[in-house]
Amino acid sequence: MKVIGCSIPRKDARDKVTGRAKYNHDITVGGTLYAVPRLAEYAHAAIKNIRTVAALKVEGVRAVLTGQDTPFLVGEVLEDRPPLAHGRVLYWGEPVALVVADSEEKARLAASLIDIDYEPLPVVNSIDEALKPNAPLIHPDVDRYTILNHPVYPKSHTNIADHVHVRKGPTDPLWPQCDVVIESRSVLPQIDHMAMETRSATVEILPGGRVLVHSTTQAPFAVQKMLAHYFQLDQGQVVVMAPLVGGAFGGKAAVQLEILAYLASRAVGGQMVSVVNSREQDFAMSPVGTGLDAHFRLGARDDGKILAAEITYRLDIGAYTDSAPRIARAIAAQCTGPYAVDNVKCDVLCVYTNHTYTTAFRGFGHMPMTFAIERAIEKLADALKMDSLALRLMNAIRPGQSSPTKARLTASNVGDLPKALNAMAKLIEWNGGKVMKVGPHLIRVQGIASFWKTSSSPPDAVSGAVITMNKDGTVNLSIGAVECGPGTKTTAAQILAEKLQMPVDRVFVHLDVNTEVDPEHWKTVASLSTYMVGKAVEEACKDLIRQLKNLAAIALKCSPSDLAVAGEKVFLRDDPQVMVRFSDIAHGYRFPEGDTIGGQRIARGSFVIRHLNLLDEETGEGRPGPGWTVGVQGVLLEVNTETFDYRVVKAASVIDAGKVLNPQGAKSVVMGGMCQGLSYATRESVVYGSDGTFLNRQMRSYRTVRMGEQPEQYLVEFVETPQIDAPFGARPLGEHGVLAMPAAVANALSRALGIEANQPPFVPESLWALAGGEKA
Amino acid sequence: MKSITGAYEGVFHINGQTRRMVVFPQDTLLSLLRGHAVSLSGAKPGCENGDCGACTVVLDGLPVKSCMKLAVESEDTAITTVEGLYDTEVPKQFLDKWAFQCGYCTSGFILVAYAMLLNTSRVNDAIITEWLRSNVCRCTGYQEIHEAVWAAANARGNGT
Ligand code: FES
Ligand code: FES
Repeated sequence: MKVIGCSIPRKDARDKVTGRAKYNHDITVGGTLYAVPRLAEYAHAAIKNIRTVAALKVEGVRAVLTGQDTPFLVGEVLEDRPPLAHGRVLYWGEPVALVVADSEEKARLAASLIDIDYEPLPVVNSIDEALKPNAPLIHPDVDRYTILNHPVYPKSHTNIADHVHVRKGPTDPLWPQCDVVIESRSVLPQIDHMAMETRSATVEILPGGRVLVHSTTQAPFAVQKMLAHYFQLDQGQVVVMAPLVGGAFGGKAAVQLEILAYLASRAVGGQMVSVVNSREQDFAMSPVGTGLDAHFRLGARDDGKILAAEITYRLDIGAYTDSAPRIARAIAAQCTGPYAVDNVKCDVLCVYTNHTYTTAFRGFGHMPMTFAIERAIEKLADALKMDSLALRLMNAIRPGQSSPTKARLTASNVGDLPKALNAMAKLIEWNGGKVMKVGPHLIRVQGIASFWKTSSSPPDAVSGAVITMNKDGTVNLSIGAVECGPGTKTTAAQILAEKLQMPVDRVFVHLDVNTEVDPEHWKTVASLSTYMVGKAVEEACKDLIRQLKNLAAIALKCSPSDLAVAGEKVFLRDDPQVMVRFSDIAHGYRFPEGDTIGGQRIARGSFVIRHLNLLDEETGEGRPGPGWTVGVQGVLLEVNTETFDYRVVKAASVIDAGKVLNPQGAKSVVMGGMCQGLSYATRESVVYGSDGTFLNRQMRSYRTVRMGEQPEQYLVEFVETPQIDAPFGARPLGEHGVLAMPAAVANALSRALGIEANQPPFVPESLWALAGGEKA
Repeated sequence: MKSITGAYEGVFHINGQTRRMVVFPQDTLLSLLRGHAVSLSGAKPGCENGDCGACTVVLDGLPVKSCMKLAVESEDTAITTVEGLYDTEVPKQFLDKWAFQCGYCTSGFILVAYAMLLNTSRVNDAIITEWLRSNVCRCTGYQEIHEAVWAAANARGNGT
């Protein structure tokens, strides 16, 4: 039996293509009330007065809540965010009031009738403005906030929410030894996850004390803990149910609507209340992805060896921290990109602005980070007059070296970037980035970029798996990871089937997650599910095999060690004819006389990543994850030098997957990531007006790639350097397709037009301006 | 042009079944389909202003964004939702070609593709692009969807 390494169809496939798969808001219960927030129309303003009389008069309105009813602060790391604005609004679209009514229409109408007096305050509309000496302070009390999860180091009387340091070897003495020193600055806008399903949450508070939550979350256990913490409940009281999720990309790991829905339900005696984001709300009110302003100083010997790096990453985290301090640490830990640099000085700053607050985003900060690194590498290659792929190869991170935070790297944990680079050279027929003329104003040019990423998960993140057997010998698998799209549940079932040597279609995996019955999985983020859930499933399989053998040994009058398990049978190794079927022992073994021993086989496995630690405050020293995924991406662009229009002819990825568990699944998740990455490179950006208004909060103005705009050809290859502690050696893969695509596009465009394309998105107009505008 | 002011009882033909239902002037076809009376949740809200196509259904052979159509306007038309295409070629090919991940956009794409095949005897890349540009997918690389649609066209004998 071989399940691993095969393109097993997804467990959710048939339901999804027939429209029968259920997402959070597909099942509604009659009588549910709706809560609609009233959003701030200023990016920064004092709230002078809120009049709710007219709203309360709307027929069917049950309650109206304002910041005064919710006098507490929440946050995943630093508690700096009121569920409804207190006193001031800090971003355009911030929820200021919440109306609960019989129907969504009535709640929306009433919300629009709330009368709010604001006194506009100066808007901090960029990182630079936030860091000016006399900048208005967005959080004057930043040093007095409660820290829920260390570490985070807010700086009093500034807009700096956190500052992370990496100091690996002194850099100052190195500069004189460098033959070439370059500086490079990249600026990336905030971007939106824009999952096709908007966020929603429903809460009901039962008289018996149980709190039932249905949510689009990718972190049901985080929702459980947050609600329990903020509303003084036992965690067991809070039951969070997460069905299939319609795309998440990190944006549904943040806890926001669940808190609003809880407050709304509490205000109406615990009745069931839903909060469903409109698309506009999903854009402006719920968190987006961080913007970045990065500065690099790289020095190298004339043979290309990088000797020193000084790097500053300044993140536009918007008005509240949410997971930004953790993103900052993830960036710090990988700050040089997948290159060996012994002398590194890096500072990562989380900067408050009056922009929508930010949260995890596919790659956890690594996409903008990779962009900045790879632009600097490209500039260094130019300065050295070196082939940029050769420069990458020469400096590529290798076993035996250490990460910027001095984590030891081995072949198992870091994989094989040189191999991936060489494979990429073949795959896109690398020509050194030379411009090829293909028509009067048409040129073609290649661009490549490398990446690396590890999980940067908390050192105490857990995962579990429970297997129960049905009487007929089929098995049920229960895990806490949410199915957001990449096929997590199917992978878990595959691992189980392979370990038990049974057909994967006899494995039934619980597609939804319910915190009351499923074992915890920290969060379905960081592409970690295969690793963590997989390890837990492996443990559970061991437990099940042990239980099956013990019972079969009695039935077969032998020792458990005489037995093997495969094909839904337990049999003697030396005489497989002597066997019992799973169905004979799944619910206990019944002797011919009728008496039965054993009972149902129920197995469990649990896992926590060993040897992780938090980064040191001064030097950043620490081990941020169990292993890295390295890879290289490339594009072939066709650029019109007259109109500055361009198209992606080829997009390519070579990733060290460790082991490809499901080839078709792996390829499609990488292709999807590539498409998303190209979308960021070519068109996506949250646009704020000069007064901080979130301007493009509709899909017609926040444009993403559509049919016909994808690359003409996707090329996806994997190298396989097993991570030996991972299930079957597989490395995380879920996020990675996106990571280096914007950088690869920028590198190609820069060569094509002789410009420094350091500020995506790249639209013809911005390229034209960079190339000299009218003068060109 | 029909004009109603309050509760209105209309006759709707959904996936070959006729139902008599009460609708209100403000009800969209999307909310009618997803509501308790019909409970066909294959059509998804993604933007509710015509931008994304997740809510697409087919009315008398043409794809329509059901968030942009009032329920009462679809009286006496033949409404096809993704649930009505059960066991047909297009969904089968989406399954085969892995043309979905989260699946939220999938019914919309399937219905546009289905309508395209109804209305064009021979498809090519340009035609597929033209029809399917109305919809957004955030998970796939579009290539998979493109391949599924081609496969469905070939299965019915593309122009032959
Ligand atoms: S929901 Fe109808 S087009 Fe988006
Ligand atoms: S499959 Fe998720 S949006 Fe298309």
